Amino acid sequence: MIKIAKAIACAALLGVMLAGSAFAKEPIKIGAFLSVTGPASFLGDPNKKALELYVQRLNETGGLLGRPVELIVYDDGGAADKAQSFAKRLVENDKVDVIIGGSTTATTIAGMGSVERGGPPFISLAGAVSIVEPVRKWVFKVTHTDRMAAEKVFADMKKRGLTRVALVSEDSGFGKSAREQAFIVAKAMGLEIVADETYGARDADMSAQLTKIRSNSAVQAIWVLGVGQGPIIVTKNYRQMGLTVPIYQAHSVASKEFIRLAGEAAEGLRLPVTGLVLVEKLPLNDPQRPIVIAFKTAYEKAYKSEASTFAGYGFDGVMLFADAARRAGSLDREKLREAIEATKGFVGTVGQVNLSATDHMGLTPASFYMVEIRNGDWKLVE
Amino acid sequence: MSSAFFQYLVTGLTIGTIYAMIALGASIVYNASHAINFAQGEFVMVGGLAAAVFTESGMPLLPAVAAGLGLALLTGAVVAFFAERTNRFGSIEAVIIMTIGAATLIRGTAEVVWGRGTHRLDAFSGETPFHFGGVSIMPQSLWVLGVTLVMFVILVVFFRGTLLGKAMIATSHNALAAQLVGVDVKRVVVGSYLLAAGIGAVAGIVVAPITLAYSEMGLPLGLKGFSAAILGGLGSGPGAVTGGMVLGLVEAFGAGYVSSAYKDAIAYLLIIVALIFFPAGLVGSASEERV
Repeated sequence: MIKIAKAIACAALLGVMLAGSAFAKEPIKIGAFLSVTGPASFLGDPNKKALELYVQRLNETGGLLGRPVELIVYDDGGAADKAQSFAKRLVENDKVDVIIGGSTTATTIAGMGSVERGGPPFISLAGAVSIVEPVRKWVFKVTHTDRMAAEKVFADMKKRGLTRVALVSEDSGFGKSAREQAFIVAKAMGLEIVADETYGARDADMSAQLTKIRSNSAVQAIWVLGVGQGPIIVTKNYRQMGLTVPIYQAHSVASKEFIRLAGEAAEGLRLPVTGLVLVEKLPLNDPQRPIVIAFKTAYEKAYKSEASTFAGYGFDGVMLFADAARRAGSLDREKLREAIEATKGFVGTVGQVNLSATDHMGLTPASFYMVEIRNGDWKLVE
Repeated sequence: MSSAFFQYLVTGLTIGTIYAMIALGASIVYNASHAINFAQGEFVMVGGLAAAVFTESGMPLLPAVAAGLGLALLTGAVVAFFAERTNRFGSIEAVIIMTIGAATLIRGTAEVVWGRGTHRLDAFSGETPFHFGGVSIMPQSLWVLGVTLVMFVILVVFFRGTLLGKAMIATSHNALAAQLVGVDVKRVVVGSYLLAAGIGAVAGIVVAPITLAYSEMGLPLGLKGFSAAILGGLGSGPGAVTGGMVLGLVEAFGAGYVSSAYKDAIAYLLIIVALIFFPAGLVGSASEERV
């Protein structure tokens, strides 16, 4: 008798537990591996902060598809091998619905192998064109490519009559890829690369490289391709060597931090930036204007620090995903992927994004703005 | 172009003196207890990063420098304490492994306290370079050279003229014999770490305006400084300076005349070749122990 009673009690308990879990709302899991610490921390830290802020906001306004959103962030410290193992963990252990991350080109490429077989969708926050070329089924990116930066910078140089360029590129993933693109685009646009110097991402001094450029009378302009500290030191050395040829940087240094650390040496330097960097300086009818102003205000209120381009990437990543998820109406990986691929007219901090089966990046050089650094601030040049 | 040659010379000398200072710190610790101190680079980082962060928050230069130096000395004392405890069983290998752990601990603490970003220490006397016939010299380079020279003189006076300095030299020749004549070897070992921390901190403070300060700056500098110490002869003061200058110059000329992409490879290749012909280092004597 007691045995039967125990059996019924167990069955009832089991039944309640199963019924309970059937009603529980499974959270949507967003996985991220970012370079929060280490030499690329000025990329990964704002990436993370933006992601956290907007996931929180999504949850405050009822979640996504009626479910709470859970964010899982791993810090790869800028190391590609760690990125690879974290990406694997996100896919296999945490079973996330989307991966937003890879703050740098190197970490992205290391991590994206994990989604090659069956996803989930992967939205990268890094710069090199090699991430989306060739197009990989599950891999997308929300940032301008190094090729676009080259097109924008070389177009500006041509306008100023500068056709012989010296490249100073970093040995990092971004630097190497950007250098390759620079050669390709220069050839296509009729410019000549007359000097090709490189430096290590951790190098403390680049005056030897700049001395070589100074002794090269053919050089009419310099373009620095790096990320983080390197470009700052190159800029300082450039000023110290007394070089006067126009100097350009890549969109990878588009933050006030760069200006603060480079100091006076940055005056007169030109680089391509996204609308987020310009905010109020954008023309009034630009559809980006309200979005970047809203993001900048919210981010700076929450974190009391600059909403840099890289924070913008984090915002774009999660908002793009949210937009796609709403259109897909489900978390089925294939449906999500298709919805992301079908994104049209999405306006983020990087500009207007139109994805397709052949374009997993969706931006054009038109969403880049050329600025010059004047009095420690950005000045629109077009 | 000869002005390029002199420009590379200036760069090489500047960075070479930094490597020399780091190598000196490593040699001093090695001399006192035969321990390789892998936290040497971190002493440099603590000095430079602390000074940078303090000046960024408004502190004037001198107090910030003093604070950086003080913190580095404290860090050195902590490492010395651990070294003492780890060495109780006479295994110097354990001490070496401990310093690797200490380095990670110091780096991690710095990251937690001061963040992961890059910090700026303003050049001591501005950033307007001097131009001499096509060569640009930064005032900060002159500071690096000048401060190192002063430091070297102080060290020579310390080792030749003070009791603790002489005790350190005695301990480096034969620790047991030194103990027998009344030298407190424990004090000497602690002193060596403090000295290494002080020298490292000064190097970090004086080079931070050039290289920018960040929590991981100790890694590349420590590695190069160590390589310089070994190149010159581990345990030898003149060796440390020679090794540092040679490494700095090879790097600068390698980047300038051969290839900027391979400059590190060139420098390390040269170290390997040099050690084949001079196994005890360029200046070191044959009786030096290799760990």
